[in-house]
Amino acid sequence: MAEKVIYVMYDDEEVLKDGAKVLVSKGIKIAEVFSPFPIHGIDPIIGIKNTRLGIMAFLYGLTGLMLATVGMRYFMVTDWPMNIGGKPNFSYLENMLAFVPVTFEFTVLCAAHGMAITYLLANKTLPGMPAQNPDPRTTDDRFVMEIRLSDNQRLSENEIDALLKDTGFVEIDKKEIN
Amino acid sequence: MQKEAAIREPLILGHKSYHDVTEDVCRPIEDKAPRMWYILFGIALIIALYGIGCIVYLLGTGIGVWGLNKTIGWAWDITNFVWWVGIGHAGTLISAVLLLFRQKWRMAINRSAEAMTIFAVFMAGLFPLIHMGRLWVGYWVLPLPNQFGSLWVNFNSPLLWDVFAISTYLSVSLVFWYIGLIPDFATIRDRAKKPVSKKMYSILSFGWSGRAKNWNRFETVSLVLAGLATPLVFSVHSIVSFDFATSIVPGWHTTIFPPYFVAGAVFSGFAMVQTLLLVMRKAMGLEAYIHTKHVEYMNIVIMVTGSIVGTAYITELFISWYSGVEYEAYAFLNRATGPYWWAYWSMMTCNVISPQLMWIRKLRRSLLFTFFISIVVNIGMWFERYVIIVTSIHRDYLPSAWSMHYPSHIDIGVYIGTIGIFFVFFLLFARYFPVLALNEIKTILKGSGQSYKEAPDYHKHH
Repeated sequence: MAEKVIYVMYDDEEVLKDGAKVLVSKGIKIAEVFSPFPIHGIDPIIGIKNTRLGIMAFLYGLTGLMLATVGMRYFMVTDWPMNIGGKPNFSYLENMLAFVPVTFEFTVLCAAHGMAITYLLANKTLPGMPAQNPDPRTTDDRFVMEIRLSDNQRLSENEIDALLKDTGFVEIDKKEIN
Repeated sequence: MQKEAAIREPLILGHKSYHDVTEDVCRPIEDKAPRMWYILFGIALIIALYGIGCIVYLLGTGIGVWGLNKTIGWAWDITNFVWWVGIGHAGTLISAVLLLFRQKWRMAINRSAEAMTIFAVFMAGLFPLIHMGRLWVGYWVLPLPNQFGSLWVNFNSPLLWDVFAISTYLSVSLVFWYIGLIPDFATIRDRAKKPVSKKMYSILSFGWSGRAKNWNRFETVSLVLAGLATPLVFSVHSIVSFDFATSIVPGWHTTIFPPYFVAGAVFSGFAMVQTLLLVMRKAMGLEAYIHTKHVEYMNIVIMVTGSIVGTAYITELFISWYSGVEYEAYAFLNRATGPYWWAYWSMMTCNVISPQLMWIRKLRRSLLFTFFISIVVNIGMWFERYVIIVTSIHRDYLPSAWSMHYPSHIDIGVYIGTIGIFFVFFLLFARYFPVLALNEIKTILKGSGQSYKEAPDYHKHH
């Protein structure tokens, strides 16, 4: 179903932020903000929750730590204990110190790559994906606010337009999207 | 927006707008390459091909083509390996450690320093691989189920720790670098006019759209990756130093090695960053972003780490005498006064004396002097590894086995060749990739741009 969307373009992130504050206080829901760099403080205004990727990184790291421990215990103690320089591998605990470097490296490896892959998937940014920014200038020096009429059925289009007028935008564009 | 003290020099000179930043960084990519680029690329390519030729000859003939002998079983190969890994330390230090310390000047240099890191670690990784002589069995270093020899790789060996450390470091640095590159590729994609480059940058930018949620994730990922990469940087060169420190060879058997190697790595890495960036800023017209203040900051890092390295050299000398172990004492006496005295004293001059000159403000703010010192430091750091490796083993417990190391032309060819390959990669990077972190530079423009700082309302709250 086609839906009407308003793209409001600003040339300064502070102006957009101040505008967003006013619009939200008037009860308008802002669907999205496109910007060439992170605008600090915009997330709580337009109602974006902080990402949980940090927790994921911790869990991936924990997985790496566990795999390295289980793996080295199996290789060096259970499967084929080697007597190296008169220091036999009888138990994991007694030889643990020698396993610290690899355990650390493998933990970092899993945490970093796990998080990076999750990040790309969550953002839906993968090789060959089409760009979805409404205007090519949003990766240069323009900041765009996306307002969907279906999100704001309480207000009419004209009412929204009237509110937008005072926010100091430089361009406004209306599109039908699917 | 974060404000900073008025007396602090602005990080971005001139009257730049967001669009100017984009223009300045994208123009060298979009314009035709200057003639100088082709000349440099040609030279680097010839050297690289010569190096590859030497490597192919070495693999076909065996590592007997090196100047090694029974006494000196490790020489140029491992020296080059440690030298390249050391150089590879600056990039992640700049982008990760300085990110955690909120050092905003890193934003002008982190992208190219990270590129340098990745290419340097590539070159480093090449040496242990060709040292195997049989490159095609390189996968034997991985813990794979198999039916040859002692079944599993030895997890007690620092050489295996190195395999894990270097490969983790390389892949994590690559990911860190690329995640930062994605939004900047998107900028180039949205500006591209020619269909081929539009298509290429479209693929490289992974369809980045710059949504608020994307940026939220971006910042968290950068911060967490920096947190992970910070201990990683320190661990990598510590583990490289274990290759020596866990042996019982006098001169290698030293507990000071890990911190001393890490400081040396940062020292040489920053020197290489200076060498590359001083040329790049000029050639690509980026003087407004990488200026004297950035060079001065880096020179201070060189001075501090150089002093740590100098202290370590002197501590080593003192402990060799104070330990009362005559073999240990001889190893160090032999370094300074034996047949390799020239290598030892070149190392001392380049690494201990030259960074101390950076105490003089005029010198550390002089670009020409910095360029000269950066080359001196890299020569000195190569000698450091050569001194540690060769002079420690060339005179062992049996005087009848004492020997000298003379590099063969293959030794030299492989080493010079890796410098060529490195520059081929770096020049390609400078030509096709955004050499400044566009999205990060834009975030500090209002806080630290000259025209904004000089504006009368800068110190008023918005």
